[in-house]
Amino acid sequence: MPTLTIDGKEITVEKGTTIIQAAEKLGIEIPRYCYHPGLSIAGNCRMCLVEIEKSPKLQISCYTQAADGMVVHTTSEKVKAVRRAILEFLLINHPVDCPVCDQAGECWLQIYYMEHGLYNSRFMENKVRKHFKATPIGPWVNLDSERCILCSRCVRFTSEITKTYELALVNRGDHSEITIFPGKELNNKYSGNVVDICPVGALTDRDFRFQCRVWYLDKQESICPGCSRGCNIEIHYNVQRAHHAGGRRVLRLKPRFNPEVNKWWICDEGRYGYKFIDDKSRIQMPYLQEGEVLVETDWKVVLDKVASTLRSILTTYGTESIGVIASPQLTNEDLYLIRKLFVEDLRLPHVDFKVPVKEKGYEDDFLIKADKNPNTRGAEELGLGAKEGSLNVENMLEAAIAGRLKALYVFGHDLTNFFGEEKIKDIASRLELLVFQGSNLNPTGQYAHVILPSATYAEKDGTFTNFEGRVQRIYKAVEPLGESLPDWEIIVKLARFMGFSYPYQSAREIFKEIATVIPAFNGLSYKVIGNQGAKLATA
Amino acid sequence: MRKEELTFWEQIYIPQIYEGLKVTARHFFKNMKGHIARLLGKPVKDDETVTIQYPEERRPLSPRLRSLHRLVKRADGTPRCVACMMCETICPARCIYIVAAEHPNPDIEKRPARFDIDLGKCVFCGYCVEACPEDAIRMDTGILEFAAYTRQDMIYTMERLLANEPMKITSQGQRL
Repeated sequence: MPTLTIDGKEITVEKGTTIIQAAEKLGIEIPRYCYHPGLSIAGNCRMCLVEIEKSPKLQISCYTQAADGMVVHTTSEKVKAVRRAILEFLLINHPVDCPVCDQAGECWLQIYYMEHGLYNSRFMENKVRKHFKATPIGPWVNLDSERCILCSRCVRFTSEITKTYELALVNRGDHSEITIFPGKELNNKYSGNVVDICPVGALTDRDFRFQCRVWYLDKQESICPGCSRGCNIEIHYNVQRAHHAGGRRVLRLKPRFNPEVNKWWICDEGRYGYKFIDDKSRIQMPYLQEGEVLVETDWKVVLDKVASTLRSILTTYGTESIGVIASPQLTNEDLYLIRKLFVEDLRLPHVDFKVPVKEKGYEDDFLIKADKNPNTRGAEELGLGAKEGSLNVENMLEAAIAGRLKALYVFGHDLTNFFGEEKIKDIASRLELLVFQGSNLNPTGQYAHVILPSATYAEKDGTFTNFEGRVQRIYKAVEPLGESLPDWEIIVKLARFMGFSYPYQSAREIFKEIATVIPAFNGLSYKVIGNQGAKLATA
Repeated sequence: MRKEELTFWEQIYIPQIYEGLKVTARHFFKNMKGHIARLLGKPVKDDETVTIQYPEERRPLSPRLRSLHRLVKRADGTPRCVACMMCETICPARCIYIVAAEHPNPDIEKRPARFDIDLGKCVFCGYCVEACPEDAIRMDTGILEFAAYTRQDMIYTMERLLANEPMKITSQGQRL
């Protein structure tokens, strides 16, 4: 275990640790372009050069391993002078088109340039023009090869992480450029990551292009709800300047490092799956069916309607006549209150959350899981699945057609997807009450007698449990749209109309109770979960 | 501080009122003389007729004056602006609203689809002009009168801002 000194601070590290990693542990950030902890070491950008005592020349800290007794200086005059020279070289053929570049504000060439106080260019000659200017090279990525500083991170990503080999560096000298293999598209399932790892504006996001300047964005940590992997993400949203991006608030998702789940990456499906948050299909008001049409109304009216109808069905037909279809898209907190109200307090036997899907989702051996719900494991742990003697979703619908089921409470699902529109329409006409509680209107919602608008994952606090049993926290980024409310809040309100008083003021309070009541969640709290998640006691 | 005692003549005020009216009357007649002289094209002394007969007559404007904004045009008449949002970012009054769009020319890349300045909010600090990397916005129109009857009319759209022309300045800095 070598012990070395970096900028006067001593640290002992594992054998094989590079200087850049050792410095990171000390909180010293050495500038870098080509080095990325998730990729192999290229050592071509020369930005991370540091001074090592007794070494005649500066050494690249990304590739030089720490040795015992090493004394490293990362900010000496010699190092700074070299960095300035490298930056000057990098800018020789880099267009200064920051005003039109989406990377401006999070561009490492810009940041290091400003840090090193280089303001005026000494380069008088014409810059070399390259082949790609604002050229789409795939469904999500735009290439501008003039802005490229040839760090080769994207090339290494496609060859090491996705193993799809779409990108390559071609030509020599100042004519070198990144290019796409002829006839190919950068269309692998993880292509968006090259935008994140590109330190400059050479690879930019087509989806985010010109939507908003990055310095207008606020950030909130969250979990991708796209599949049961539960990749850690950051939600980037803009609410201060609403005229951008047509008023959409959530503008992009970025992966957040979690060594146990997704490392630095996220798939494209998850990355671009945020659009429903500000979609036109969002339900912003409670609706009540009057005659054939759905009419906007307020919370009091709909909750009163749902509560009184459920009560009268319960007294006339008994608990067997109501079905509840919870959703694995909901958080543990939402699901726990569904369990508390419908299973424990109302003693309904027919509660399920698994709606069959037409075809199995895509799955690979990297991140993407076939189960496209973020909290299936959580719903299972909370005991919401159909049990012995109770009806599952399919049987509930059969029972509704047979007239044995009088009310159905659906959380977010589009049942028409698997069962067909005709069948759901028929069921809706036979039921006394079809409640749809969801964030976006779908065909199932259109047949509902009552629609309760709920908040999306970006608009509420809570936790998801991924397929491995890792409980991870989502945080509220933006306010619920219109009159919509987090699902747990709707259940608390509905419970009050049904005559139960639930004391919960926040998702945190509900989770506290989950941790004491549900054995699998024992020992967990929001503090323990933190921003990296924690495993279930049983996992 | 000790209050000064007023004398009897000061206490009855009448002489003071007379003194005041005398000053007013002197300026009134002096100015009237000056205005009549000017109307007849006779020479006028500087301390006479300091009043400017607005709106027929206007003060000379300094070329550095920050007046109503305009957007500078390219040779083809389209805005020089590339929608980089520097002005929108720096604006302390947050009165600039830009929406970016794709420019057909890949060498320009970006253009404003919308560029509104809400003059009802603008504080005329001129930071937008300072911040612009393309010299696309200027405050040199010399237009100072843009009062409107509605708030909506105070919002200058891209078309209105492009239509504004720079003020013409003589060598003496006089506006024509």
